[in-house]
Amino acid sequence: MSEKWNITLKVSRQKEGETPHFDEYKMEVDPDEYVLDAVERVWAFMDRTVCFRHACHHSTCGACGMRVNNVEKLTCITSIRDMCQDGGTLKVEPLRNFPVISDLAVDMGSLYNRLEAVGARSVLPVPEAEIEKPASTWDPADQQYIRLADCIECGLCISACPSAATSSGYLGPAVLAGAQANGLKRNPELLQLVDAEDGVWRCHSAFECSAVCPSLVDPARRIMNLRTQVFTERFSRLFHKA
Amino acid sequence: MSKPHAIIVGAGFTGTATAHDLALRGFDVTVIERGDICNGTSGRTHGLLHCGGRYAVKDQESAIECIDENIILRKIVPGVIEPNGGLFIALNESDLAYRDAFIAGCQACHIPLEELTPAQALRLEPNINPKLLTAFLVPDGTFDPLRLALSFAATAKKNGAKFRTYSEVKSLILDGQGGVVGVNVLERASNQTHELRGDILVNATGAWAGEIAEMAGASVPVKPSPGVMVAYDQRFVERAINRLNTPGDGDIVLPQRRMVVVGTTSFEIDDLDYVPVLEEHVKLMLERGAELIPGIRNARVRGKYMATRPLISSGSGRSAARTFKCYDHKETHNVDGLVTITGGKATTLRAMAEGTADVVCRKLGINAPCTTKDVLLLSYRQYYSLPN
Ligand SMILES: Cc1cc2nc3c(=O)[nH]c(=O)nc-3n(C[C@H](O)[C@H](O)[C@H](O)COP(=O)(O)OP(=O)(O)OC[C@H]3O[C@@H](n4cnc5c(N)ncnc54)[C@H](O)[C@@H]3O)c2cc1C
Ligand code: SF4
Repeated sequence: MSEKWNITLKVSRQKEGETPHFDEYKMEVDPDEYVLDAVERVWAFMDRTVCFRHACHHSTCGACGMRVNNVEKLTCITSIRDMCQDGGTLKVEPLRNFPVISDLAVDMGSLYNRLEAVGARSVLPVPEAEIEKPASTWDPADQQYIRLADCIECGLCISACPSAATSSGYLGPAVLAGAQANGLKRNPELLQLVDAEDGVWRCHSAFECSAVCPSLVDPARRIMNLRTQVFTERFSRLFHKA
Repeated sequence: MSKPHAIIVGAGFTGTATAHDLALRGFDVTVIERGDICNGTSGRTHGLLHCGGRYAVKDQESAIECIDENIILRKIVPGVIEPNGGLFIALNESDLAYRDAFIAGCQACHIPLEELTPAQALRLEPNINPKLLTAFLVPDGTFDPLRLALSFAATAKKNGAKFRTYSEVKSLILDGQGGVVGVNVLERASNQTHELRGDILVNATGAWAGEIAEMAGASVPVKPSPGVMVAYDQRFVERAINRLNTPGDGDIVLPQRRMVVVGTTSFEIDDLDYVPVLEEHVKLMLERGAELIPGIRNARVRGKYMATRPLISSGSGRSAARTFKCYDHKETHNVDGLVTITGGKATTLRAMAEGTADVVCRKLGINAPCTTKDVLLLSYRQYYSLPN
């Protein structure tokens, strides 16, 4: 028999026009279940009105991001054991810096629009998916393979970012990371978009994004690299004008 | 003349693809989905873009559907597919005994096939079981489930379809003579109920299709059959790795992002809305997966999950047909205005939509050919940016 815990699931609730409040659900769980399983069971057996986003249940789609006990988590791979204790409370809230559709579901339109604007690639050759591995070390055999990018577009980094909280126009970590992976050299037209107040210069290097990213994208490091790319691109423009 | 209005219930693969097809054929389309896109079976699909090899011996109709649709999807929705191919590998005498039937089956279904020596296979995929006896290279692929459906939904939206998510169909509006003329919908974001009327209702609720059909006094022979999958935290392979044998449990390992996913099982359930992930099945995935890729034994489990197949119950479990069926309930139960599409696979979503839209057009006397084979889909991201 698997282990059983009794926990209180505290769910942030907000319907159209309401201010948010919490509803509490007492439940018996297996601590090795994921937080998302507990939320889905509330919907299935206790309260059909709870709204939340989810699809793949194994960290490839990026739909189920929430704040769990005040930390951004992909709830489908976050076990209850990692977040609370037997008899404890699990607080789940929607991601910050996105409009709430209802309860735990947020509208991620701004993220998707901006990812499109910087041409963030959804699939790319396998070697390029690695974080800043020098091209000289690529295994030529891997060039033939295409794979889905690491960034699952979950928005956890945007929710955790203190700069995104201060400016709704800020492109945000995932988007700048997408621009970095795309490369200014290959896409010089992106310079204007990223070399702007709400682009790379809004980042204050809090590194919260890399801390919460469930997919090893390391947006903070990519933003630092993008700044270097910005200088290189500016410099090469000066040079070409002269 | 005003456009005919089609209401589609369910925004999984079937519902989103049907919305796309009908929007292209000139319909006003409204999709009603109780959760967000792909919250049901589709989101949790294993993710194999089947080449048909799995079905080539026992279910050639499905196999041919798969290879044909595999080729089309690579062309129309490349942004969500890893087109890296697949291997079928033999590890013991029983697998080898399947070899001839497999070759004959694939040939009969025009599935391109290349036999590799173990050394050649290991050069392509160094992490597969080095004790393999033979291998076949096939045109499998993998896809991101949510983004596949979103690409169809985005394109449908561009062509005017409306998506009403977090909206649950609670009952059907009947015309008094048994015909369906609309739906009563609970909007979960506002907790309000609305009615919506249309010229035709398409029931694309997959494993839940029986519940909607029942609201009209009809029924469908769907047998919900869940399966468990386990994701491990290392991308051991670039291709889909299949066991060369009669389809069974845990005999496919797929790469996904930085993971591999082993799947799947097949069992029966009572409550559709929450199916537990059974620990015995998780153990079985490890055992079976590690036969194909030994390194899995030392990898960390990243996710354990399950999804429920909407199988058409002509047989039981894995022997049930994997093709799809579209029911005109005028013919099955003398209920007009209602069509159910269910069964099938992710790989065949476009063909399922084509078949359904054909039935809908025939019922409404509309002459509009299907064009989805040649329409390049929009980026999945556009689903979120296009107005509703
Ligand atoms: C374990 C497993 C692995 C699989 N692996 C693969 C694979 O690798 N490759 C492949 O090609 N296929 C695979 N399949 C098959 C494929 O996933 C399914 O055939 C497909 O997802 C079914 O899609 P659907 O749209 O018909 O159903 P669903 O995705 O379940 O969509 C039905 C929708 O209807 C909604 N709904 C239900 N009731 C209501 C209501 N009253 N009001 C409003 N909305 C409602 C639900 O919320 C749901 O979103 C797999 C299936 C399973 C179970
Ligand atoms: S960078 Fe990481 S945290 Fe941000 S959206 Fe992408 S996967 Fe999510």
